[in-house]
Amino acid sequence: MNVPDQQPQTSAWSMYRAIVGIGAFCALVIVVVFQSTAARIRDNQERFLAAAIAEVLPETRTTVAVGLAEDGRLVPTTETLALPVFLAFDESGQLAGAVLTAMGMGYQDNIRVLYAYSFEQNAIVGFKILESKETPGLGDRVEIEPHFIANFEALDASLSADGSALANPIVTVKQGEKTDPWQIDGITGATITSEALGNILNNSASEWVPVLERDADTIERGDRSNGQ
Amino acid sequence: MASKEVTSTDEFVKGLWRDNPVFIQVLGMCPALAVSNTALNALAMGLATTFVLLMSGLSVSLLRNFIPREARIVCYICIIATFVTSVDYLIMALSLELHRALGAFIALIVVNCLILGRAEAFASKHKPGRALLDGLGMGVGFTLALLFIGVVREILGSGSLFGVAVFPDGFQTWTVMVLPSGGFFAMALWLLIVNRIKQKQAATAKTVEVTS
Repeated sequence: MNVPDQQPQTSAWSMYRAIVGIGAFCALVIVVVFQSTAARIRDNQERFLAAAIAEVLPETRTTVAVGLAEDGRLVPTTETLALPVFLAFDESGQLAGAVLTAMGMGYQDNIRVLYAYSFEQNAIVGFKILESKETPGLGDRVEIEPHFIANFEALDASLSADGSALANPIVTVKQGEKTDPWQIDGITGATITSEALGNILNNSASEWVPVLERDADTIERGDRSNGQ
Repeated sequence: MASKEVTSTDEFVKGLWRDNPVFIQVLGMCPALAVSNTALNALAMGLATTFVLLMSGLSVSLLRNFIPREARIVCYICIIATFVTSVDYLIMALSLELHRALGAFIALIVVNCLILGRAEAFASKHKPGRALLDGLGMGVGFTLALLFIGVVREILGSGSLFGVAVFPDGFQTWTVMVLPSGGFFAMALWLLIVNRIKQKQAATAKTVEVTS
């Protein structure tokens, strides 16, 4: 293909110089761009999360981030967790519900979701996908299919008698076969994604709902709540 | 080509039509087919690619005497990857929604053969000004081509254009156009049109030659 040019052999030094030099220059460019955009990106993410919380639990006026203490009690936290959990308070300062982030493996990659739990209804009452790389037109239909979204108007997540676990595990069933309020009516053609979402919600709710039901009353609305 | 007088406008215009990266060179098919499901995604992808083309073209051209021939590919890829990473952060800072829509395809600009192709074939042999014009022309050509595909797919697949509905409510959308296969259909349609025009042009050029 390429006729060898009549060029002298390149010395190792000049190759070394070019590769290391360009590497260093590129590293510098990336650091500069990262540093100069970091604040904006964090700002965007906070706004995005606040908007998402308002979407899954419209009554929300203020939120308090909570985490687990070492002894397993629910406590307010200032740390930014990978999967933050919030208690949401309405206009009158009453506990409106909890908003939880959950993550799990979908068909392509991890799916990150946000959902709202209502203490009154003992059910999941709001749901939004924060991040997913599911197949366009197939898996990503979980975000637009009306019958699937309707699952999360009141998805039963009540606790068993002793309050240590969900009374019924949240499961995804085949499209059109939903019979119980804790079942998610799946999507034909997005089987793996809809089942994955069932698992994500079940795992997260099994872990958090017992703790929230037990300790949520102990959390004050607090001054650190970030208003919206 | 080298013997002919090449003006700087030619450098820019050739990417738009004669050497259009998508419709003529058929390069960079992965993003052209994957991210063209809506006009807005297509436009954003095209602009991101244009930015990377410009910046990598400029850098490669400036460094063309510094980069030894044997190590050129690794250097080009390193430069391209740097600007793609920058674009990734910039889009995140601009709009998370947009970043979500473009998904994994921003990172994949690195392996868009159009960019490495222009660095290797053009920028490494020409002065920075020329390389910038070439990059701009190719980038705009790529953006326009993606936009053409995206407009067809969005109108038929979602019944809207840039998110604004263009059909009355009763319109049954062609879901297939939003799916990956729709990309191929829209692409084929445009290739057909472009090739038809090219043939016609060639035919008229021939008759002109014969008559004169």
